[in-house]
Amino acid sequence: MAQPLEKQQAKPHLAEEWVGRIYTLLCIAFLILTIVSIVYFVASKGLSTFFVNHVNVIDLLTGLKWAPDGEPAVFGALPFIFGSFSTSLLAAAIAAPLGFCASVFMVEIAPGFGRKYLQPVIELLAGIPSVVYGFVGLSVVVPFFRDVFPGQGVGIAAGAVVLSIMILPTITTIATDALAALPKGLKEGSFALGATRWQTIYRIVLPTTLPALMTGIVLGIARAFGEALAVQMVIGNAPHIPRSLFESASTLTSAITLSMGNTAMGSVANNALWSLALILMMMTFVFVFIVRWLERRSKL
Amino acid sequence: MKKTALLLMVMVLTVVLAACGQNNNNSGGASSPAPESSAPASTTPASESPAAELSGSLLATGSSALLPLVEQASKKFMDGNKGVSIQVQAGGSGTGLTQVSEGQSDIGNSDVFAEEKLDADKAAELVDHQVAVVGMAAVVHPEVGVDNLTKQQLVDIFTGKVTNWKDLGGSDQKIQIINRPSSSGTRATFEKYALGQKSEDLQGSIQEDSSGTVRKLVGETPGAIGYLALSYLDESIKVLKYEGVEATVDNVANGTYPVWAYEHMYTKGEPSELAKAFLDFMLSDEIQNADVVELGYIPASQMQVKRDVNGTITK
Repeated sequence: MAQPLEKQQAKPHLAEEWVGRIYTLLCIAFLILTIVSIVYFVASKGLSTFFVNHVNVIDLLTGLKWAPDGEPAVFGALPFIFGSFSTSLLAAAIAAPLGFCASVFMVEIAPGFGRKYLQPVIELLAGIPSVVYGFVGLSVVVPFFRDVFPGQGVGIAAGAVVLSIMILPTITTIATDALAALPKGLKEGSFALGATRWQTIYRIVLPTTLPALMTGIVLGIARAFGEALAVQMVIGNAPHIPRSLFESASTLTSAITLSMGNTAMGSVANNALWSLALILMMMTFVFVFIVRWLERRSKL
Repeated sequence: MKKTALLLMVMVLTVVLAACGQNNNNSGGASSPAPESSAPASTTPASESPAAELSGSLLATGSSALLPLVEQASKKFMDGNKGVSIQVQAGGSGTGLTQVSEGQSDIGNSDVFAEEKLDADKAAELVDHQVAVVGMAAVVHPEVGVDNLTKQQLVDIFTGKVTNWKDLGGSDQKIQIINRPSSSGTRATFEKYALGQKSEDLQGSIQEDSSGTVRKLVGETPGAIGYLALSYLDESIKVLKYEGVEATVDNVANGTYPVWAYEHMYTKGEPSELAKAFLDFMLSDEIQNADVVELGYIPASQMQVKRDVNGTITK
């Protein structure tokens, strides 16, 4: 008597189970399809520079001159690669200490005020559109650098300053979470041994949360690496490796956004831009793998 | 570790696959039917009774310099023809030409002749409709102390032979070039008609695509020189004469000032009835004498000279 009753009850649950399973499966399949087709699209466009137009890969990666309209056309993307790395690393170098100190303040020094007021304000920075950052950079940072330092104001320094503010929320949020997740016993043990607050922070808190902090920094660099509009507005966009931080330079993203709409699909100039996009995408993969590797380390 | 390796393999495989599938790629794109060809289907024998019977949709893509004009004109056109929907998208001259050539859009807006961007056989399929003219002028920071430059002086500046304004009779200031990206239609026009040759991307030169940014930088940076369409000129910058000729609408129209270009609207083959009606509307006095002038372009009808793709000028 009891058995058929149980079966009747089990049926709707079984159906729910299957509906849920199929629905999530469809979602993940769609997601994977999207990612794979984006990778395929960028790669097929980017690689045709080498296979269809017969541009040498080594020349593209190490060449110093970018003249897609020249006679003959030359595609040397090293200035863009250099620009992308230098702006995003410099941005991380500026933002990392700021972000870490802010999170120490919010978690260790003034938890009430910090988490209630400071954290939302910093997270607000993440919601500001990049064109606003670019315009502020062009109207405030560039004229300031032009007046204070020799040079034109635009350049890697201006780009790095704008980017550092853009990636500050990423670094701060991850650092704050890592600090908050630290077991209380570690700090209490340190205090019990007579260490001061500062000694505890930089002898105990900093080393134990370092992998998480590094994750934040790498994610910040990845964001800075991919940012296009704000950087394009303040960096000057000359396709050369600059001689100073205050001289017009270019990044991979700014080169793409400047010319993509103006070149006809399928032309060499257009394909070369897709090759830059491919380099950009490969770098993003590298950053993702670094983050995964850091996360594994932090669990040990 | 295993999962990461698997993920990496998938990515690598995709890239390799992409490399192999090169040739299939083109045929796949070409075989997909043109999506926006609804116009001919809906135009029943309406040719007798004009305008009122028009319906269907048009897609115009391309040049951002031409966008404001086409957008404003399309709104007026749609007000007069309730059944018509016209979409105008920016994206650059190259995009506009590619899309109209591949049948993805009905009209491709461009700052340059199709022959300058597309292969000759593809360009030959397109029909040119010149709807307006844009004049361009060299502009400088107000304090450089120069108000006229010859062609040779401009060439010297943009190829880096002259680097200080005092060599051109101005104040002792370093010349700061604010250029456009090498793919830009504005730059192509300036190089072709003002310099007569290609310019170099010099070390330290600034490149900006948007006219607003160029104007801001020229107005703020000491010693700066750039070039702008006549509609963007204002008090924050100084407009230079070219070979002694002032950059005015009249001088462009009568042919004494040579730095100008047509704004093109291309169709693939002869335009459909709806596209033709819209292009005729663009060229009508209602648009040419009002919106075109108001937005800072020069009406194509006002031009006393004509120019072909090779730059040959006829009266």
